[in-house]
Amino acid sequence: MIKGFLFHIGRYILLMRQVFKKPEKQSIFIRQIMVEVDNLGVDSVGIVAFLSTFMGAVLCIQTAFNIDTPLIPLYTIGFVTRQSVVLEFSPTIISLILAGKVGSRVASELGTMRVTEQIDAIEIIGINPATYLIFPKIVAAVIVNPILILMSMIMAILGGWMAGIFTGLVASSEYVYGIKAFFESYDIVYAMIKTVVFAFLIVSISGYHGFYTKGGAFEVGTSSTKGVVHSSIAIIVFNLILTNLLLS
Amino acid sequence: MIEAINVSKSFGDNLVLDNVSVRFDPGMCNLIIGQSGSGKTVLMKCLVGLFEIDSGKVLYDERVFSKMSFDEMRMIRQEIGMLFQGGALFDSMTVEENVIFPLTMFTGQTMAEKVERANFCLSRVRLENVNKLFPAELSGGMKKRVAIARAIALNPKYLFCDEPNSGLDPLTANVIDKLISEITQEYNITTVVNTHDMNSVIEIGDKISYIHQGKLWWEGDKDSILKSDNAELNEFVFATELTRKLK
Ligand SMILES: Nc1ncnc2c1ncn2[C@@H]1O[C@H](COP(=O)(O)OP(=O)(O)OP(=O)(O)O)[C@@H](O)[C@H]1O
Ligand SMILES: [Mg+2]
Repeated sequence: MIKGFLFHIGRYILLMRQVFKKPEKQSIFIRQIMVEVDNLGVDSVGIVAFLSTFMGAVLCIQTAFNIDTPLIPLYTIGFVTRQSVVLEFSPTIISLILAGKVGSRVASELGTMRVTEQIDAIEIIGINPATYLIFPKIVAAVIVNPILILMSMIMAILGGWMAGIFTGLVASSEYVYGIKAFFESYDIVYAMIKTVVFAFLIVSISGYHGFYTKGGAFEVGTSSTKGVVHSSIAIIVFNLILTNLLLS
Repeated sequence: MIEAINVSKSFGDNLVLDNVSVRFDPGMCNLIIGQSGSGKTVLMKCLVGLFEIDSGKVLYDERVFSKMSFDEMRMIRQEIGMLFQGGALFDSMTVEENVIFPLTMFTGQTMAEKVERANFCLSRVRLENVNKLFPAELSGGMKKRVAIARAIALNPKYLFCDEPNSGLDPLTANVIDKLISEITQEYNITTVVNTHDMNSVIEIGDKISYIHQGKLWWEGDKDSILKSDNAELNEFVFATELTRKLK
């Protein structure tokens, strides 16, 4: 168990050293990043927007129901919704969702390329397959995930606002006041740092599992599952570490 | 010239290559023959460094390939063209993009030049009007031919073909055999071909190495192979009625 874990960590680090080498051709590299931005980012806009709006609504309603004393001003609902969304829901939960979506895609794409010898073919042409295949995906995710997460924050806060108004639990003016109250820009910085680290973890870990797939179609499925599970675990662990480092 | 010296390779307890020493000369079609599962593909992958060998050496024109770092190997690999047994086409790219891929990565050619080269390579494997199709839209034999076109796109100095004509009809198989033999002589390529097709052996076997039970069992050419009295080789060569009649 521990031996297996160390083996994977070691091989993962070695793979990352291959990944971050100078790409063969700059122009191709840029073009690949664009393709991956489309594959990994644009493709996820819908699901992120949908989930965020609904979760924001739920957060607002739950907060409202938990405030049962008139001593607490109603704008607290807006404030708590914003804090939950910015600090935890958008960067962490949405990253977990993306780990499922993006991670399985990356692992199965690379896994299929491995078992059909396409990765060997790239290697034989004289190209470093780790750099060629994984580097652009990491760059794309690191660019695109922060944008997705920012969008998620906005959608969630909007969702909360709509829920507040439709249920009559909080008036628009109070909610908006709460959203603006005690705002610290460092919270956004903290959320973005987490997002970027999580983006790297998702693509590199699922890329690792895909890249080292052995066997056939069945094993591609296994790699894809492992990619999702292991990147989710990594996100949870790093969430704790980063929160400790950045907020204490 | 490519040389393998005392190459051994095993997977766990399964000793696939047992001290194989063999030499492949330029301008010749060097055939590796043997039964299914005898280790032809493994030998080829050891030669190009996709499998790490357990012991022995692989030399490319006196350069010790098997001891090289990954980046040094890449330099030699730019001189290698390889056809994989399963084709290994990039399925996210069209036929044309597949053939152009090595050119894009390693030449400064314009798009028009690259397309012209791709069309030339595709016409040599008798493929026309398939440029914009994806590999999933091709038949097995067509995939194989696209893969050959990709392998020769960069005018390789060393060409490896793992069963170039399995899955092809006799006519196309013969075209492919002739193509491989032609370009080998034309550009003085060191060509290594894995096959278990006796037609290819008779057609293009300038030098033939027979692999049996992980060992290099017999070496010769297309003339001597029919006259050999090696029992295991004869079992392989004269497995069919046709070859028995030929004798
Ligand atoms: N990646 C691998 N891992 C473990 N064993 C392998 C691997 N590749 C090949 N082998 C074993 O090596 C032996 C030789 O296989 P190889 O693919 O070289 O046969 P071959 O001569 O190319 O056969 P065919 O004509 O059917 O292609 C087989 O016993 C196979 O089980
Ligand atoms: Mg084989």
